[in-house]
Amino acid sequence: MRTEFIKNLIVHAKNKKNIFLLVADIGYGVVEEFQKEFPDRFMNVGVAEQNMTGIAAGLASEGYHVFTYSIANFPTFRCAEQIRNDIDYHNLPVTIVSVGGGLAYGNLGYSHHAIQDYGLLRMMPNFSIASPGDPNEVKSALKYLIKNPGPSYLRLGKNNEASYTLENPKIKPGKWYGLKDNTGKEEIVLSTGTALQWIMQDKKKFFNKDIYTIPIWGAKYKKEQIELSSNFSSIITVEDHIHDCGFGSWFKEAVLIKKTNQEISNFALPLEVQYSVGKQENIMKKMCIYN
Amino acid sequence: MQNIKSLKLASAVRKDILDMALISKASHIGSALSIVDILSVLYGNRILKFNNTNPKYEKRDRLILSKGHACMALYAILAECKFFNKKNLDEYGANNSLLMAHASHKVPGVEFSTGSLGHGLSFGVGLALAGKRKKNNHHVFVINSDGEMNEGSNWEAIMFAAHHNLNNLILVIDYNNLQSFDTIETTLKLEPLHDKMKAFGWKVITVDGHNHAILNKTLKEAKKVQNKPICIIANTIKGKGVSFMENSVMWHYKSLNENTHSDAMKEII
Repeated sequence: MRTEFIKNLIVHAKNKKNIFLLVADIGYGVVEEFQKEFPDRFMNVGVAEQNMTGIAAGLASEGYHVFTYSIANFPTFRCAEQIRNDIDYHNLPVTIVSVGGGLAYGNLGYSHHAIQDYGLLRMMPNFSIASPGDPNEVKSALKYLIKNPGPSYLRLGKNNEASYTLENPKIKPGKWYGLKDNTGKEEIVLSTGTALQWIMQDKKKFFNKDIYTIPIWGAKYKKEQIELSSNFSSIITVEDHIHDCGFGSWFKEAVLIKKTNQEISNFALPLEVQYSVGKQENIMKKMCIYN
Repeated sequence: MQNIKSLKLASAVRKDILDMALISKASHIGSALSIVDILSVLYGNRILKFNNTNPKYEKRDRLILSKGHACMALYAILAECKFFNKKNLDEYGANNSLLMAHASHKVPGVEFSTGSLGHGLSFGVGLALAGKRKKNNHHVFVINSDGEMNEGSNWEAIMFAAHHNLNNLILVIDYNNLQSFDTIETTLKLEPLHDKMKAFGWKVITVDGHNHAILNKTLKEAKKVQNKPICIIANTIKGKGVSFMENSVMWHYKSLNENTHSDAMKEII
């Protein structure tokens, strides 16, 4: 995913002369090509995420679309107030990119588990959360974010993820996109982020259900969820994030505003996962269903 | 002559602050009075390039009030400089008013909303970096409080600005030596601030933050410095201009009544 991200960012930056990339001393072996190609629109700010985020807001207010780049929780929780006050309140075009969303850095320990990031970002009124499920969605989500600059979060996995979704150059926030094997079932799985990889690695878990992804969502996009969900009798959301304040909670808030007969449940990580260390696949075995 | 202009402006702004504080029952009066002379010299003597009819004029200098709780001073200056109608100052802190009680970017002439300390300098660094990259000649002034220097984010920005030789960035530290409970030195030692900033690679100038002639000369010279960001340590008095507010922590919190307002107004020259 990160390779897909940087490759596409470079393509966009050739045309969009206002794209600026800030990294917080992260991205070795990934961002150098961007730096080489656009030295005037690149900066390694050092290990200083608060400063990076404040600088990003300043640059954005001068007309740049700034991408801040780091891993796991560093570009989000470390500088949460800069995100809230400087970017979101001023409604500035800054895209926060985090590599290692979910448990991609599972064996590096809790500091590197980005499993509460949705909770933080979904509280920001102006933010769009782009959580692609595979490299195809990285490409299309990035295209959307660049075409519609504003406060946004791009949550990436690590690398070498398989692609399962169809290439779709025109994705929109809040919308769902079905996988090509879908057969029009009434019972569905709605996935966001790299949880798609977990679903597809053992599809038997959901053998009689169609699979949809929602690559861009956030506080602004709740309204359309009622209508989108109206065609289905059962919806299971899936996310590699703790259940509390995650995607499934967001979805339930969105659709349960209106009384509904649908069966809605959430697959998510339990709180106990906090003390788990190990490979992503291993920790993901602890995924729980919340009805 | 220039100093007469800024002195007159400072006097008008101090009166505006007292009026706003009375109407709104606002606190932070001491913090606002502390920076009146700095702002009056910047705006009154046109050291800060601005256009009151087009506040977003591209070639303007940018001023960030990082100590957003002192916004009464900034709003009053902007009103006196005709960015908006002075009558609007009466709405300060009122329900649904644009003039919220911390600096708001919704107010014409205010670049950036602040209120939580330690945000303004990094934002200012971003503006200064954009100026360099776009080859714009604007300067960026950031006004921090001394207590605000407790925030670690400032030191990240201080390192960055020096490393990248942002000589279009001028940080003014309002050094009134009082923070929320007590003096700076009792709360969290900041000294030797001059040497500290110098060691971080900044050009540092320590001045009397109420002397208009000195402020005028220093702020003008600051715009000519090459290769380094500039830090002006402005030694100030919290509550400056009203004897019973001066150097008093209490006037970080207290609001005015008719009697104290009247007593205070009599002291403004």
